[in-house]
Parts: sequence; structure tokens; C-alpha cells
Amino acid sequence: MTTTVADHHHDEVPKGITRWLFTTNHKDIGTLYLWFSFTMFLIGGAMALVIRAELFQPGLQVVDPHFYNQMVTVHALIMIFGAVMPGFVGFANWMIPMMIGAPDMALPRLNNWSFWLLPFATSLLILSLFVPGGGPAAGWTIYPPLSVQGGMGVDLTIFTIHILGMSSILGAINIIATIMNMRAPGMTLMKMPLFVWTWVITAFLLIAAMPVLAGAVTMLLTDRHFGTAFFDPAGGGDPVMFQHIFWFFGHPEVYILILPAFGIISQVIPTFARKPLFGYTSMVFATAGIAFLSFIVWAHHMYTVGMPLSGELFFMYSTMLIAIPTGVKIFNWMATMWRGSMSFETPMLYAIATVALFTVGGLTGLMMAITPADFQYHDTYFIVAHFHYVIFCGSVLGMFAGVYYWLPKWTGHMYNETLGKWHFWLTIIAFNVTFFPQHFLGFAGMPRRIPDYALQFAEFNVVSSIGGFVLGYSQLILLVVVIKAIRGGKKASAEVWDNPEGLEWSVASPAPYHTFATAPEVR
Amino acid sequence: MIINRLKHLLSAGTALVSMLVLWAVPASVQAEWGLNLQRPVTEIARVQYDLHMLIMYIVTVIGIIVFAIMFYSIFKFRKSKGAQPAKFSHSTKAEVIWTVIPTLILIVMAVPSTKALLLMEDTTESDMVVKVTGYQWGWHYDYMEEDVSFFSKLTTPQSQITGTETKGENYLLEVDNHLVLPVGQKVRILLTARDVIHAWWVPQLGGKKDAIPGFINEMWIRADETGTFRGQCAELCGKDHGYMPIVVDVVDESQYQAWLDGQRNKG
Repeated sequence: MTTTVADHHHDEVPKGITRWLFTTNHKDIGTLYLWFSFTMFLIGGAMALVIRAELFQPGLQVVDPHFYNQMVTVHALIMIFGAVMPGFVGFANWMIPMMIGAPDMALPRLNNWSFWLLPFATSLLILSLFVPGGGPAAGWTIYPPLSVQGGMGVDLTIFTIHILGMSSILGAINIIATIMNMRAPGMTLMKMPLFVWTWVITAFLLIAAMPVLAGAVTMLLTDRHFGTAFFDPAGGGDPVMFQHIFWFFGHPEVYILILPAFGIISQVIPTFARKPLFGYTSMVFATAGIAFLSFIVWAHHMYTVGMPLSGELFFMYSTMLIAIPTGVKIFNWMATMWRGSMSFETPMLYAIATVALFTVGGLTGLMMAITPADFQYHDTYFIVAHFHYVIFCGSVLGMFAGVYYWLPKWTGHMYNETLGKWHFWLTIIAFNVTFFPQHFLGFAGMPRRIPDYALQFAEFNVVSSIGGFVLGYSQLILLVVVIKAIRGGKKASAEVWDNPEGLEWSVASPAPYHTFATAPEVR
Repeated sequence: MIINRLKHLLSAGTALVSMLVLWAVPASVQAEWGLNLQRPVTEIARVQYDLHMLIMYIVTVIGIIVFAIMFYSIFKFRKSKGAQPAKFSHSTKAEVIWTVIPTLILIVMAVPSTKALLLMEDTTESDMVVKVTGYQWGWHYDYMEEDVSFFSKLTTPQSQITGTETKGENYLLEVDNHLVLPVGQKVRILLTARDVIHAWWVPQLGGKKDAIPGFINEMWIRADETGTFRGQCAELCGKDHGYMPIVVDVVDESQYQAWLDGQRNKG
């Protein structure tokens, strides 16, 4: 009896390094993205510890101001483009095909390339720290003219951004093609899990926003080297135009960073509340509403540039408006918990913390939306506190919830619940110790992106730095949890949790290398 | 588990209550505690401060309500206590309520905010004008109608920064030449920069604006009291962004004229 080559490959999981280099399997690629994301998270975190070490006391003790500015800049670039975005793409790869009953992504080879662009691009970014002149030091927002002044490191950063952007766009195309075309029969759009909805909307945001960033940094590149004057007033250009273009990308970008987390939370809370997600339809519309509105608020990052009054008013109103659909989502999660029957395993702890602490960040965001007040908050530590609450507590804690939730499905083993809870409590407490005082630092008048500060800011900076170090080292617990779960532990059933919803729970744990080769029936 | 949650609730409650109490205390006392904006000395700063307090109270109350409901749910609706899960997943009435009420709250916030903004952007009928130029890394002040101009740079010595000498009281907030302004007069401030984007910010005088090369921005202040007020550059401008502070002396009219004369005679 002869077997075809196709059959032979179909049954075997490939081995060795070539498995990971050439894989087109969505589970393998998801794994690659998630490990890459975690590695970048630790590297970016180390840079944050350099920052917090320098800020532990007034004076310069650890680094010189130029290197400090590089740390501030590269910390943010790595966290945003290296940790959070790839992390969510990892979740998308692992979970979307299974959730919709598809055998893989629509474009598996493109999927492989989308991943392998990332380590190449981020190596350029890390390399920039070692070239003459050092890495980029103008903040992750790289405003000209300051970024035109920088050395080769800025050019390497521009190339990094181009390549990362390409990877995101290709990934987004793949995700949309998969979700639109490969859902199992019976899975209408309004029957999709909310995680799939948030990802398809995020994918559209990526396709709309990333090319705008590419345009902005390309103009920066030509201003730097090819004699253009897009942002140089001496040549008739306008530095503020960069800010407009950058933030037209930048605001949808922050929703790109958060919407998948909202999707994960929407999967986790119903499972552990043992109650269906409240208001599925309005959750979908709220997400779409947030995505739409995200395109008309960008100048709230620029209130102090000297905009005409009508501009300031418009952006104030539109920014305040975004609070409504966001609030709807928070209330819907709370209503899911209300009169549920909750248990508090680690995924649920993280999901609840995400909702609660993201709310804190969202409320400070509402304060910043008010233009006259923002004239005091802008470029202070109040802003730094705000975005760490929304990005860390929203995106990162959301990812942690997803990791603990789906780790048994990925590895076939239950993770160690005690270690998970240690990770949770240390992270939550340390996070608040680090960042809550920064609200007060901002109010008191401490600007951001400074390596040294006046004496009245000393006490809260000490507290914040101590919290930062505990926060950073606590993440190593997650590393231990994941490695232990990969190697062994209590065997996980297919369902893993108490009657969870979703097609991913209908396959064995660990999920077989190929799932849903035949489409399931969705009623 | 329950002990943990009680402790959590207790500390969260204590923190929130103490913050509310502290914020209710007048601004003059609060500045030293470092929990709130600096004490305002101009009408604009006062308007910003009051608006800030209004929105802070509103969001704090919203936050307390959200946290209270969540903590209540965590206590009451737990499987370990035998709670049975309800089955509902819709309620049009609830959804309408929690969409309409936040919209109303936003409208309530938008009205004073709009008025404040209109006040701040009205630079007409000023009594004098000063041009402020940011450069890497210090400020230049030009009293355009008086033919007086000078640079203003940080005077904190390197030894204090590196720690070989004890830091002075105004560490990083002291300069050689202060900006001197007369009390009670509407000062129109023109802002520009020599090289990269900077931002001029003295919290007590109200607000900040970017100083952008090739462009001129404007803001206005009218100080209600004399005194010395300190601020910092508020836009990353390179390696010494943290080392280009601003010091403003607000003096009465006669002292201001005397100072102007002194500056002119200096040449």
C-alpha cells in the first residue's frame, strides 16, 4: 500500500530547529509569537529597571542623561511593538482557527514570514543601542526636529518600524481573510466568540493605521538624509505635521493594543462566572464604535502645540465621547459577574484585575480629555501613570489572563495554581506601588522623560522604584509557571474548566497538531 | 481568601477616603503634601485647578461605585458560598441607563471645560508682551517693547547633580536670570524655539504651551500675587531636557520698573 507524501506529513509533528524555522502551523507560529513576546517583555522590563534605578534618588547615579533617554525610548518601543502587539498576534494564531472551527489560518506561509520578520526587526532596534551616537533618544514618539538630530540609531529604528509594520499588516490581512472565509458552517458573525470579533476589528485598525506610521517615519528618514523639509521650518516644513501624522496612527494604535485584551477578558469572565457574557450584541457594537471613534481623537495627544480653539474643542468632545462605549464594555463585564457563581482561579483573578485597574486608567484618561486641565497634566508623570494603567493593566494583565486560561489547552497540563496566585498578587500589588504614586508626581509638577528631579518629588519616586523592582522580578514567576506546565503537571481534560464555551474546548488537551481538518457543526 | 478581600477593600477604602479628605482641604495646605496640583496664583491656574477638582471628584465617585459593585459581586456571588448562576445575558433597560447617565455626566463636564478653554485662548487686550525662546538647553527672554533681553540657564552646580555636594533647596529649579513680571497685568507670552520643540511650563501660573522652532505660539497669564514661581521644560528636547528650568519673579509695579531700568542700563 502506498501512502502519499501529503498523508505522511499530515500525521507527524516535525522535529528539530527546522520545525520552528519553516512551520506553517498556526499553533507553532502562535507559540513562536508568544515566546518572542515574553522575551521582549523581559528585555523591555530590564530597561524599565534602569529607568527606575536612576529615578530612585535625585541626582545622577546610574547612567548619563543621553543613555537614560535611550532607555526611555527603547523601553517603550520594545514593549509596544515587541511585547504587546506580537503577544496578541500569538493569541490570535493559536486561538482564532480553533475558535471558528478552521484547520489553520488562511495564508499559512505568509503567517510564517510575518513572524520571522519580528526577531530580525527587533535585532536592528537593539543593535541601535550599540552604534555610534547610541539608540533613538527622542521618546518612542520620535518627534522632529529632535529626532532629526539623532545619529544612526534613529535610522535603524526607522527600519525596525518599517519591518514591524509590514509584519503587522500581513498578519492583519491573514486574520481578516481567515475570519471572513473560514468559519465553520453555522458560525455566523454574531455567533463568533468575542475574542474573534475584537481581533477582526483590531486587524482593520492595523491595516488603516500602520501605513500612516510608515509614511511618517519615511518622511523623517528623507528629512534626515535626502534633503526634504517636511518637518523643518527653515525649508517651509512643519514639525507639528509630524505629530498629526504620528498620532493619527498613534491613537488607533492604542486601541490595537487593548481590543484583543478586551476579547480575552470576554472569554474568561463568563467561564469563571458560569454565566453567559452580558450584552454580546452591544459588546460587538461598542468595540466597533471605539474603533471608529479612535480615528477622530488623535490631537488629544497634542493639546499644547498651539491648535486653534475650534480644534481643541472638537478633540475634547470626541475624546470624551469615547468614554461611552468603553464604559458600556466595563458595565457589561460587571453585569456578567453579577449574580454569577464565581470561582477565582488565576485567569479569573487576572480578568477581574484587568477590568478594575483598566477602569482606573480609563478614568484618568477622562480627566486628560478635558483640554484646560490637560494643560497641567500634559508631559507629566500623570500621563505616564495613565498609560501604564491602561496598557499594563489592560493589555498585559489581559494577556496573563489568557495565558493561564489557555495554557492547559496548549500544553496538556494544568499550571501550578499556587505559583499562579503568587505571580498575580505580587504583580498587582507591585504594579500599584510603582504607578499609583506617579499620579501624584504628575500633579505635583514632575515632567516626564527626565533622569533627575527636584527634591519635592523624591519620596514618591523612592516608592515607585521599589515597586518597579518587585514588579520586574515577579515576572520570572510566570516563566517558571510556563516551563513547569510544558514539562508536566496534572493532566488537563479537553474542557479544562467548568463547562466553558467555545470550540477550542471540544478538542483534546494538548490540542492536536492539526485540528478541525473537518469542519465542526455549529448550531 | 475572604480575609484577603476584606483587607483589600479596607485599604482601598482607606486610601480613597483619605484622598477625598485631603483634596477637600484648601489648596494652600495641600501643596506641601504633594498630592495635588500646585497652588494657583493666576485666574487661569485657578480655573484649571477648579476644573481639575471637579473632574477628579466625578471620576473618583465613579471609581468608588465601580469598585464597590465589583467587590460586592466578588463577596456575594461566589461558587464556594453556594451561589447559583443566573441565566440572564440581556437587559435593554440597564444598557440604556448606563449609556444615558454617562452621557449626561459628560455634558456636565463639557460645559465648564468649554468656558475655561475660551477664557484661556483669549489673548486680546494684554498689557505687555514677552517673547520666550527655548533652546538646547535653556531659555531666552525678550521684553519686546522694552528692549530688554537675556538668557536664563540652570545654576545648580554639577557637584550637586553627581552627589559630591548636598543638594540645595531649589535643586534643579534655580537659574541665573529670572523672568520678572509685574503683578496684576495681563502678560501675553509669545513662544518659539531655536532648535527643537520645547515647552514652557510654570504650574502655578497656569498651563503650558509648546515652543516650536519656526512658529510662534501664544498664551497669557495675569498673576494675582507677588512671589517666586518655578517650572520646567515640558517637552523632551535632548539630553538636558531635565536641566532647563524656569523661574518667574512676580513683583509690584514699581519694583518691575526699577528692574527694567536696571536691565537697560546693563546694556
